Amino acid sequence: MSNLLCFIDLFSDYNAEELTSIFVMQGFAGLSLFAVFLLMALGLAIIFGQMQVINMAHGEFLTIGAYTTVFISDMVTNYIPGFTRYYFLFAILAAFIVAYIVGYIVEVLLVSKLYRRPLDTLLATWGVSMIIRQILRFIFGAREDSAVMPDWLMGSWSPSDTIDIPINGLFLFATAIFMTLLVFLLMYKSRWGLRVRATVQNREMANAVGINSKKVDRMTFALGCGIAGIAGAAFTTIGSVSPSAGSLYLVDTFIVVVFGGAGSLIGTILSAFGIAQAQSILEFFLSGVLAKVFVLVCIVGVLMLRPQGLVANKVRK
Amino acid sequence: MNSLLDNKFTGKKKETIALLVLAVILLACFPLMFDIFRLNLVGKYLSLAFASVGLVLCWGYGGILSLGQGLFWGLGGYAMAAFLKLEAAIDISHEAGTDQLKALTTIGLPDFMDWNQITELPYIWYPFKSFPLTLLMMIGLPGLLAFIIGNAMFRRRVSGVYFAIITQALCWIMEILFVTRQGWTGGINGITDLRSCLGWDIRSTSAQYILYFATVILLLGAVLVGKLVLRTKFGQLLIATRDMEDRVRFSGYDVASIKIFIFTLAAMISAVGGAMFVFNVGFMSPKLITIEPSVYMVIFCALGGRNSLVGAVYGTLIVSFGRTFFSEEFPALWMLLMGSVFILVTLVFPRGVAGIVEDYGSVLYNKFKNYKLSKKKIEPVE
Amino acid sequence: MSLKEYILEISDLTVSFDGFKAVNSVALYVEKGSIHVVIGPNGAGKTTLLDLICGKTRPTFGKIEFMGQDITHLPEQSIVQAGIGRKFQTPSIYPTLTVFENLEVSYPKGRSVFGALTFKRDKKVIDRINEIAKMIFLHEMLDTPGELLSHGQKQWLEIGMLLIADPELLLLDEPVAGMSVDERVQTGKLLNEICKERSVLIIEHDMNFVREIAHTVTVLHQGAVLAEGPMAFVESNEKVIEVYLGE
Repeated sequence: MSNLLCFIDLFSDYNAEELTSIFVMQGFAGLSLFAVFLLMALGLAIIFGQMQVINMAHGEFLTIGAYTTVFISDMVTNYIPGFTRYYFLFAILAAFIVAYIVGYIVEVLLVSKLYRRPLDTLLATWGVSMIIRQILRFIFGAREDSAVMPDWLMGSWSPSDTIDIPINGLFLFATAIFMTLLVFLLMYKSRWGLRVRATVQNREMANAVGINSKKVDRMTFALGCGIAGIAGAAFTTIGSVSPSAGSLYLVDTFIVVVFGGAGSLIGTILSAFGIAQAQSILEFFLSGVLAKVFVLVCIVGVLMLRPQGLVANKVRK
Repeated sequence: MNSLLDNKFTGKKKETIALLVLAVILLACFPLMFDIFRLNLVGKYLSLAFASVGLVLCWGYGGILSLGQGLFWGLGGYAMAAFLKLEAAIDISHEAGTDQLKALTTIGLPDFMDWNQITELPYIWYPFKSFPLTLLMMIGLPGLLAFIIGNAMFRRRVSGVYFAIITQALCWIMEILFVTRQGWTGGINGITDLRSCLGWDIRSTSAQYILYFATVILLLGAVLVGKLVLRTKFGQLLIATRDMEDRVRFSGYDVASIKIFIFTLAAMISAVGGAMFVFNVGFMSPKLITIEPSVYMVIFCALGGRNSLVGAVYGTLIVSFGRTFFSEEFPALWMLLMGSVFILVTLVFPRGVAGIVEDYGSVLYNKFKNYKLSKKKIEPVE
Repeated sequence: MSLKEYILEISDLTVSFDGFKAVNSVALYVEKGSIHVVIGPNGAGKTTLLDLICGKTRPTFGKIEFMGQDITHLPEQSIVQAGIGRKFQTPSIYPTLTVFENLEVSYPKGRSVFGALTFKRDKKVIDRINEIAKMIFLHEMLDTPGELLSHGQKQWLEIGMLLIADPELLLLDEPVAGMSVDERVQTGKLLNEICKERSVLIIEHDMNFVREIAHTVTVLHQGAVLAEGPMAFVESNEKVIEVYLGE
């Protein structure tokens, strides 16, 4: 109870102008978090929506993408320093491809064998995450690495005296929005997206009309992992990478997906935005961990009232 | 596929034999084989096995996967640790010889509260002054929490992966709360330096022996309780709910209350394990109640065989021994090995060790039977 | 006419999924002790209608009364306890339990958690299970696990699981689907036996079977009632012929 009262009391130390600045700055800081959440959640959501599979190794695909970026950054700065300004865009592509390939392999070897056993897939992919983490530790060591940032990503933009917005956050945000649009077009405007949606709704029927649902599964899973790889590339602009970097985002990402309503892109975007902003703004007033607890408790509360998530389709089961 | 074998598992005779073998191993073999240091280690592992036994009930039979079982286990442990800490706090004030030391400690107040400038015992610590009340809290608190969570989730029909993820989030919340509320919980260090219970020194060799046996007997008791529950109509209903939830609902049962009961029972069994852990090792820490240990509890259960109460105990012992061995010798390999175990028990041996024993056991049994039969046939000829 | 006694009275029942009306102001009255069959082309809303009666789906509006009691908003288990049993389209039995256990689980005693924990398998229970098993032709297979039964036997077992609870009204979703000719004849006998003491509401595609057993037939089309009456009457209805043959 006393905590709640404190909470209301929080804002009283600041005047209106200060509060606006705080909200704007924390809001923009929240955008970086939003971008990582969104990219991660996007991948997880399409995998979950398609196959009802929870990918516990999703965080590791972020790490793979991040290490790919770091690796390319090292190569470029050592061998072709003139290219440093531009390498990042290629790194994003490479991160996607590497994560896509690893995801494809995991689907073929493991996930495809556990179809219709969601709880088992959850455990098996947890095993995958441990293995990937350890392999990364073998290759890159346990210390933290970071990519060299091109100078156009550094610095910040100050629209007023009290507001200071970092460029990399804006870049991240733009990447996330771009990817979301791309996924949206892919799922709702392309022929391939039509196949995916057909398989989700009626697998037998889709098979009957000649859709290779196995192949659709495989591509969807790999695509989800690839997007997590892009999240990894984006992540290098705001933090340094260690083998367990991605797993820190895992639970958050699940919560974003579940909270948004599984299988709903709009829901995922809304919930990523809401959770990232709530966390970021509350963090200024409360300590980081308490902000997290507060947000988590709210989410669990909402989920109890709406177990199907924020946005859900109503259909006959 | 694996359904047919479920029935074999509940075959009364086999289960009883398995339980007896386990009892002999734990009560006779281990105490004879190991010195007290190793035995104490086994006791520590066995206190984790309570959680896996609970998971067999709610996950293996009820189909409810909880990734936050460490939460209940830990609450039980913290309740017991709180009692022991208060006793230690009173003891230490007697020991404190110099005036300087006396000035630093407050009588009857745990040391970490002193360090956090708490001058009076918080109200939530009051029940832990009394041993009976502590016992009640140790089982009742996690039970009540599980009951509330169960009611909130199962009445709203939250299930499957959603439930798993939410329990994981709850576990995380609890860890953060226990770490940040330092003055009340001892923060990241947890509650340490527990020495005696009702004046009985729990760190002496004889006490460690007694505590080991107490842990084993309680664990066997937990397995027995599980067996008795599964043997009733409720046990059948539980399996029925796991396989065909709608059919159970439309046979006139309140599915939610079935799930709530088994989830609460699993939580209470786990809690006993947490308390026994505190007795065996003398501390409690938030690192033990977070997500990772909770997932380990699931792997104990999966490796042992998710449908075998006895298997869960073996699973716990195998993984824990393996972990201790590897983290001393080859820590890097351990993660790879554990990862592979996760994959193998889902992909290749979904019935875990119990399933393997079961299969080879029946092959051997049949051979033995055939051998006896062939002998009988030959005899008249002679 | 008013002497007829109705066990189930449905009025103005409507359910819409995101604007699509799967069932559209349906009125349906099931006479006590009758076999009432609902037919209609695919997507006519037949299964949804059963879902609405047993509480699996909730109506957007409308009212369902069972033996004079409003059951529209009761929880599923209360609807069952009031005396309505539902068989699903794909036979849903407990695959890991034996025929005996399948019936025992469905026995209407020990329905609370505590009741189930203290439930005793006494003579009364065993006798009742044997009696039902005989009725559904499975008395020699009591120890067989459910998953080893043939498709038709699974259908019977599920009907048996409903019967053991002694319901007043049975809702059967395609009870003879996938059955051999012999099995179908036996099922017909079984249903006639059943309706001596209770009423049955059936969804069926097999017109020959419907002709054999139905007392009253309701034709659903696109969520609404198209025609109702004895089979002979319905079969000669022009609208019905159009719906079935016109496509």
